[in-house]
Amino acid sequence: MKAPVTTVVVAEEVRGSRLAHLLDSEKWLGRLMIGPAILYIALLVGFPFFLALYYSVSDITVGSQSLNFVGLKNFTSIIGTANFKASLKNTFIFALVSQVIVLVLAKVLALALYKDFRGKWLVRFLILLPWVAPISLGTIGWLWILDSTYSVINWTLEALGLIRPEGWFMWLGIPHLAMGSVIAVHVWRLLPLATVILLAGLASIPQDIHDAAAVDGAGFWRHLVQITIPLLLPIMIVAVLFGAIFAFTDMIVIYVLTRGGPYDTTQVLASLAFFTGIQSGDLAEGAAIALFLFPLLLAAAVVFLRIARQAEVA
Amino acid sequence: MALSPKARRVGAKAAHIGTLAAFTMFTAFPFYWMLITAFKQTSDLMKRENNPFILNAPPTFEHIRVLFQDTLFANWLWNTAWVGVIVVLITLVLAVPAGYALARLTGRWGEQLGIAIFLTYLVPPTLLFIPLSRVIANLGLQDSLWSLVLVYPSFTIPFCTWLLMGFFKAIPPDLEEAAMIDGCSRLGAFVKIVIPISIAGILTVVIFTFTLVMQEFVYALTFITSVSQYTVSVGVPTFLVHGDVYFWGSLMAGCFIASVPIAIVYNFFVDRFIAGFTVGAVK
Repeated sequence: MKAPVTTVVVAEEVRGSRLAHLLDSEKWLGRLMIGPAILYIALLVGFPFFLALYYSVSDITVGSQSLNFVGLKNFTSIIGTANFKASLKNTFIFALVSQVIVLVLAKVLALALYKDFRGKWLVRFLILLPWVAPISLGTIGWLWILDSTYSVINWTLEALGLIRPEGWFMWLGIPHLAMGSVIAVHVWRLLPLATVILLAGLASIPQDIHDAAAVDGAGFWRHLVQITIPLLLPIMIVAVLFGAIFAFTDMIVIYVLTRGGPYDTTQVLASLAFFTGIQSGDLAEGAAIALFLFPLLLAAAVVFLRIARQAEVA
Repeated sequence: MALSPKARRVGAKAAHIGTLAAFTMFTAFPFYWMLITAFKQTSDLMKRENNPFILNAPPTFEHIRVLFQDTLFANWLWNTAWVGVIVVLITLVLAVPAGYALARLTGRWGEQLGIAIFLTYLVPPTLLFIPLSRVIANLGLQDSLWSLVLVYPSFTIPFCTWLLMGFFKAIPPDLEEAAMIDGCSRLGAFVKIVIPISIAGILTVVIFTFTLVMQEFVYALTFITSVSQYTVSVGVPTFLVHGDVYFWGSLMAGCFIASVPIAIVYNFFVDRFIAGFTVGAVK
């Protein structure tokens, strides 16, 4: 990683004094080349972020012309509400359960995909589909699959004799079923990403290690638990990290499938922030709700930085 | 129980195929479902006794006709493409030089800065859409596709800069050194030597930017209010979902048309995308 940098330095020293002012201008050239991108990000990510902090301690609404400082009133008033408590709980259930399932399934699927077989390209494409297709559109496919009157799942269960015609499930209309459905769709959506990340990890384990283990007579499970999983750990953390960020902050699946219903049983912080801030026009309270996600992201960023640093040292 | 090695091999193979088949069915089924629904006659869709997995009557193109003639679907596709192209241009103009500067010109703190830029990609729209809605309103861009053109680069630039930085780092510096010894300026070497051999990386960035634009939902939902101004990922779920069974055919046709072709293109580039995601965790 450091090698190319040294070569540049050496090459530049060889060219000596002629380069003295060029190096100076290179510094400026670098700043000039990266400046516009940083400015754009600062204006459209940094500035709105601080605006969000500011809004959360104000009384701004969609229609208001001026805003007043109200301290932590928004936060204290939200925390007490039933729908906020429900959303906070749902966010954690939704994200944690889907992440655990995704990780287990992705591990199994990555091991299956790692082997060579005919038609691998096609299988991989079909498995990647949920991730590469626009999520809101894929979710509509599920809306139809889970339809209360025409659900294909109900049809199949009935055809197999497992339920009666009058016993069809209202997948999105009953609290626990709705949560289960939303989690299942989220697993569907995030499984491909976690799988390909783990595949990249599997591919990076040197074959010698596998060979050595085989020579030493390690069986499948022992090999998996003592060799593959420990070596995959850093990349598994990366997979979980991205998965968690997507799961904690996503509102698309919920917006399309249930809009938070029935009775807020699938409402999460992201969707609640949308309904409060945009649809009801209470920007201040919406911003405050969204900010509850921030500590989480901060934690994710710290983990990410640690991994990046470790990789640099190694 | 002692199994012969052959029986073991056959068993392992069957388990392997079974696992893959089960997963493939889970991931691809909704798309099969869209496809078959799009061609089913409405009477077939409505009969609960009919086997839903197959066409029980000859295929119909009526749903697709309705989708393109009686809804704004074609409009939404056009809006998406228009926003996509402009965002791609903005992203390239800003991210290509930035990626190069991080790879070659910023020295030690380049790495740190690169990571910082990448981290901004992880700041989700959920945190920013509320203040941005006010910013957009103050700029007078509400309900205009220009609002999306302005905001989308805020997540495409960080990711693309990061990807391009990795790409430029992989190019041997000797190439530019040689050009510079021959009298080329650093900028000249970048334009004449580095960009032409980085076409593959730049193409990757173009595809990602376009798919990110196509997938984006929250900002478009927040900033746009007129039906005719929607992008496809928001127009279809908000305006075509009627809760009306007669419409499922067109709805599914719309979902399929707007998702599968782009998915096929994206699939060719997905490995590079993953390489960007996994940073240094894979060596």
